[in-house]
Amino acid sequence: MDLFEYQARDMFEAHGVPVLAGIVAHTPEEAKAAAEKIGGVTVVKAQVKVGGRGKAGGVKVAKTADEAFEHASAILGMDIKGHTVNTVMIAQGADIAEEFYFSVLLDRANRNYLAMCSVEGGMEIEELAVERPEALARVAVDPAVGIDAAKADEIVATAGFPAEIAPKVAAAILKLWDVFKKEDATLVEVNPLVRTGAGDIVALDGKVSIDENADFRNPHHAELEDAASADPLEAKAKAAGLNYVKLDGEVGVIGNGAGLVMSTLDVVAYAGENHGGVKPANFLDIGGGASAEVMANGLDVILNDPQVKSVFVNVFGGITACDAVAKGIVGALAELGSAANKPLVVRLDGNNVEEGRRILNDANHPLVTLAATMDEGADKAAELAHAAK
Amino acid sequence: MSIFLNKDSKVIVQGITGGEGTKHTALMLKAGTQVVGGVNARKAGTTVVHGAVELPVYGTVKEAVAETGADVSIVFVPPAFTKDAVVEAIEASVPLVVVITEGVPVQDSAEFWALAQSKVDADGKQVTRIIGPNCPGIITPGEALVGITPNNITGKGPIGLVSKSGTLTYQMMYELRDLGFSSAIGIGGDPVIGTTHIDALAAFEADPETKAIVMIGEIGGDAEERAAEYIKAHVTKPVVGYVAGFTAPEGKTMGHAGAIVSGSAGTAQAKKEALEAAGVKVGKTPSETASLLREVYAAL
Repeated sequence: MDLFEYQARDMFEAHGVPVLAGIVAHTPEEAKAAAEKIGGVTVVKAQVKVGGRGKAGGVKVAKTADEAFEHASAILGMDIKGHTVNTVMIAQGADIAEEFYFSVLLDRANRNYLAMCSVEGGMEIEELAVERPEALARVAVDPAVGIDAAKADEIVATAGFPAEIAPKVAAAILKLWDVFKKEDATLVEVNPLVRTGAGDIVALDGKVSIDENADFRNPHHAELEDAASADPLEAKAKAAGLNYVKLDGEVGVIGNGAGLVMSTLDVVAYAGENHGGVKPANFLDIGGGASAEVMANGLDVILNDPQVKSVFVNVFGGITACDAVAKGIVGALAELGSAANKPLVVRLDGNNVEEGRRILNDANHPLVTLAATMDEGADKAAELAHAAK
Repeated sequence: MSIFLNKDSKVIVQGITGGEGTKHTALMLKAGTQVVGGVNARKAGTTVVHGAVELPVYGTVKEAVAETGADVSIVFVPPAFTKDAVVEAIEASVPLVVVITEGVPVQDSAEFWALAQSKVDADGKQVTRIIGPNCPGIITPGEALVGITPNNITGKGPIGLVSKSGTLTYQMMYELRDLGFSSAIGIGGDPVIGTTHIDALAAFEADPETKAIVMIGEIGGDAEERAAEYIKAHVTKPVVGYVAGFTAPEGKTMGHAGAIVSGSAGTAQAKKEALEAAGVKVGKTPSETASLLREVYAAL
């Protein structure tokens, strides 16, 4: 999960990374009060999880609290690359002498961590990496050791920091490593890391991604969730413990196993090319145990999507037995009653498939069609969605 | 022949007394696997009974290995304890550790992988191979199952299968059930995994029983692109490929923690193109992939 800048700032502060004052505001009035509290020059910054907000007009310097009010009025509600700005951060103005760059992230290809650092900050790091790769130090970090004092010194030396500020930068990097390690992050990025006129090193903007698999040891991460901008169906699915992603199409999809469901989306999209261009409406993985309850919850979410015109249930019974899935479907349809009002195409294969198909045939539900293969099921579901469109 | 696992493999189960461990120990025994014991520090000295088989429970992996001669461990413990369990198996020098657990924090995986890499024998070869985490494990049909793959989909045959996804592994075994498999290995879809596509491809290339290989990938990372380069340079056997996730939107996690597309890298299209450039035929769907495999196999 990606964090907002203000959440990253607060996390930095909690781990001793030097930051400037920053206060969150949801209204121009709150923005004005925050600017008054901080005093002096402030910066009103749109809080969106997307890059390029500066160019989009989402970052403005305010010399007075009244200016902060005006800027917040303009920025709140703004759309930046499809993200609505619901929150701004009023940040203390910085006296910037020099800008640098630092990040540490999970390096999938090498199965370790990578620290990147440059004495040239203030530009897009992707551009720097392409145009002047020699200016971006890349230092591998052993996950068994992490960034210790020696590694921090190595990073700073490789990036070419002058001796007078190197110790301060290394100290900040050690604190940023604490953020990465203790918060189970997969990315901690500071751009820019600045030297102020007074000679201090300060993290002026931060980006942090955290690993939700580690939430069990980071209970405080629950409050970082962005409930306000979550899709309502995704929020409902999450509350029911379902692995659901809303997409923009007409064929609802339920399957077991992430890979098979992703594959099902593709097969539905191909089938849709022959049926008016209908597309998959969602990703929904019911996982290993397809009980009647899980199936009912899944169908409930999908049937509540007004875009959905048909549903394709694609299950390969591995450990999950197909008869349990079939019972789940029959039970779910009974439970949903008249709320179940869209055609269902069901493809079952694998463990105990004959019994599963028999249960569905015996139930003879008017909305349910059985398909022999995944391709046939996708085609039928796409056809039904197109007909109902 | 097979890769990584055969009828002589002796297997211990870490988490043998838990719900998943109990269920799958029974299924592995049924598949013919030589399960020789289990580990649970709190239940050391007890036994678990599956039909006519009574299996001892040991307090540590080291003890279990010493007593049983086990050369494989399968890990079913919950995510919070997975790192410690895998570290214990690595420190006991178990040659193959299969980690089924889903939802392991990626920093934990990175740490146990770093430890596994650091433990090498006199020839500089890594002592412990890790498969997973978050994977269905490995099956050598007719010989042994170390994982959760259904044993009854198909039998022994000339095809080698390596896949990031569990249910797509089952689907592909089902599509090619008339041919059968030398071994089928699910490597898992997490961002950090032990055994990679390349490791499995190298093993299948060296396995005389394997005549053709199916490789299943999905969006995220660049493992498929690197596998394509490897195939071009080192694999002489025919390989067909399948990639899931063409319709997945950017920036959304599709179940597997690794299946997230950020920016241009990691898309299904990029992976398909890289594989095709390496001479690998790539199917649009699982069934088309199976047809392509049949074609290349018939031409052998």
